[in-house]
Amino acid sequence: MSECNSPFLNRVQEIITDANLSPRQKNLFLALTAEAELPYMPVSEAVKTVMEEGVLCDMFEGHAPFKPRYVLPDYARFLSQGSKHLELEPAKDFDDALNMLTIIYHHVPSVTNIPVYIGQLDDVLMPYIGDLSEDEIHQKLKHFWIMLDRTLPDAFMHANIGPEDNIICRTILRVDAELKQIAPNLTFMYDPAITPDDLLRQAASNICECSKPHIANYPMHAGSYGDRRFGIVSCYNSLPLAGGSNTLVRMNLRRAAAKAKDAKDFLDNVLPACSALMVELIDARSSYLHEQSNFFKGFLTTEGLIEESRFAPMFGIYGMAEAVTDLFEKQGTTVRYGYDEQARQLAHDISAKLAEIVDNSPVKYGLNGRAVLHAQGGISLDTDATPGVRIPYGTEPDPISYVQTTASQHQYYTSGISDILTIDETVKANPEAMYNLCKGALNAGYREFTANVASNDLVRVTGYMVKLSSIAKFAAEGSRTNTTWLGAEASKNTGILDRAPRVVSFESNPVYNPTYS
Amino acid sequence: MDERSNRQALVSRILTFSCVDGPGNRLVLFLQGCNFNCITCHNPHTINHCNHCGDCIATCPTAALTMDERGKVLWHEAQCTNCDKCTDVCTHNANPRIKRYTVMEIRELVRMHRFFLSGVTVSGGEATTQLPFIIELFAALKSDPELKHLTCFIDSNGHLPQSAWEKVSHCLDGAMIDLKSWQNDTHRWLTGRDNHRVIPSIKYLARVGKLHEVRLLHIPGKSDLDTEVEPVAELLNSLPDTVQVKLNAFQHHGVVGEALDWEKCSEAEMNRFHQLLAARTGDRRLTLPRVYL
Repeated sequence: MSECNSPFLNRVQEIITDANLSPRQKNLFLALTAEAELPYMPVSEAVKTVMEEGVLCDMFEGHAPFKPRYVLPDYARFLSQGSKHLELEPAKDFDDALNMLTIIYHHVPSVTNIPVYIGQLDDVLMPYIGDLSEDEIHQKLKHFWIMLDRTLPDAFMHANIGPEDNIICRTILRVDAELKQIAPNLTFMYDPAITPDDLLRQAASNICECSKPHIANYPMHAGSYGDRRFGIVSCYNSLPLAGGSNTLVRMNLRRAAAKAKDAKDFLDNVLPACSALMVELIDARSSYLHEQSNFFKGFLTTEGLIEESRFAPMFGIYGMAEAVTDLFEKQGTTVRYGYDEQARQLAHDISAKLAEIVDNSPVKYGLNGRAVLHAQGGISLDTDATPGVRIPYGTEPDPISYVQTTASQHQYYTSGISDILTIDETVKANPEAMYNLCKGALNAGYREFTANVASNDLVRVTGYMVKLSSIAKFAAEGSRTNTTWLGAEASKNTGILDRAPRVVSFESNPVYNPTYS
Repeated sequence: MDERSNRQALVSRILTFSCVDGPGNRLVLFLQGCNFNCITCHNPHTINHCNHCGDCIATCPTAALTMDERGKVLWHEAQCTNCDKCTDVCTHNANPRIKRYTVMEIRELVRMHRFFLSGVTVSGGEATTQLPFIIELFAALKSDPELKHLTCFIDSNGHLPQSAWEKVSHCLDGAMIDLKSWQNDTHRWLTGRDNHRVIPSIKYLARVGKLHEVRLLHIPGKSDLDTEVEPVAELLNSLPDTVQVKLNAFQHHGVVGEALDWEKCSEAEMNRFHQLLAARTGDRRLTLPRVYL
């Protein structure tokens, strides 16, 4: 074979000959590499500068977006009307429904190429249970769950259940605890007015078994999007159902804070200025998708499973802990984020200001013309900033203090906030404590409750599931799951395995990194 | 009770999240002072009350400890970095970093955390050395409309006479009792005290429906719960089915002195002890340790 003599060709060859990636994983990275050869969509010099400075980051979504970041099709509608494009009749029974879902998942794009949302499964499947017995449903869902994990092995793929008590919801919780798979990820919606306590107890006990489901504060999300008009996807992103997110751009608050004289300057001047540039970048990215990529001419749109107007850009932020600490430092004060009241108050003020900015900033393609604020969970390449508004790794107080410190910020992050509580494994013998903690957190205003039980084999590394043992094995053998690959990178860069059992959240497909091969 | 009660407790630590001190999440008060003097104590600095000798003051790297004009050691919490140097040098098995809390202060702390809690557990040291405080606290919680659903537990070495248990049982939901040895001589050697009251405490609490858990400490070759397995099993079999039995493995964490030379209880050794007991206790669930340090 002749020598490759351009960086592009070198990269292509590196990917193709990588010993650890599967052909499918190679396809993904080859496509990303090719897209990166196109010129970046037009943005101003000011935007380019802040991107180079690391203040803004486009999450490596690519130079020419041709699919939305997250898509949440209306699967209930799909089952009830069938699909002309896929040549499918409306679902007649439970088997039919599961088969149709299995088919359509392969036609739902996302940033990872694997569907990040597989439906509010109890709403979607309840109409088709007919007179099936509990055992029959259990058997069928178990097969379905195994199929999902083996054919779509990505822990960003997210199923939703609850808040009502029903046979599908209970059986999925049972199957999930039995199988302890990486995929799919699972969110249980909790509504104190509807959800029976014993169902929440079952969910809490599952968390002790396998660190999922996440518990979503249903009334809070419904308040933002409307009853049954949203889904939780990937890692704790709350987005419009029959819509999704066209792009996610994030701001490193630490790097932004570096531009400010003091906290007041940050709130009054720097944040608004950086946010204006962020909106410009969001508009450039979403304009390309909506106007040039032809994505919205596909069957998902024409058959009414998604609506172009229900896609919103996510306005992500991270590095709150460092931003707050650094801003106090500028005033000659040392504070500890997560412990000191003045640090908590400034973080709260920053979050409130961000929410105000997002509410008052029209975007070209948004939900009701607006972006949605998101406390972003970090990616594996982050080294200097803590995910979202979390308390830095290894310095976390006890879980209740953690909740009480961060709870007041949750109201502002409409499209999700990934606080993760690490609980030591003694809780396994006392799942009632997990239940107490969960109820307390939701009562305190938590939008989502996510707990990671330490020294579980299944640990959440950056918001999705990866088996610790898989990470250990990966370097030598490669992995069946895409996200284990991501976890390997996260654990190497952020040292998560050295710390108190830990978690960064992760919503992105990072760039190909040959040091893993 | 009197709303203005000023009764205080000497508290060495408060946890607002604990999953190992009774059912559900519990706010745990660790009271200072113990009437046992166990060779294997994991927290020896909780045994005695500070005698104000002042030996710790010079070791404090942040000057968080001072001597006042009356010769009392004062602790300045804001300066403290919790480096534990003071308790390391204390020859009196005490701790200068003790806080006083009134019943009302603890009640308000519980109120602040009530949505996260199944209840409150008072531990130690030996909790019952400050029994009047516990009785007033539990009564205050039970009479508060926002807090009365919370369960009130005591973690104890069982060295409390029945007459004293009777004073607290009206506001007590459950007790967790350690049994460290069966033969009195062994118990006296390990703890410095007879066990003449421990076994009656277990029986009394079981009789009045307040016994939540019995913990059996296994120290390989030192304690005698394995060699005396027949009477131990007989005691367990006499308890209601609802009583949990937890097997605790002796570990070196926190231990000082001669017991550090003793063999730790390994998982294999714990399994041997477990099998001895399990063969004699039928269906009763015996909880094994989750972690061996």
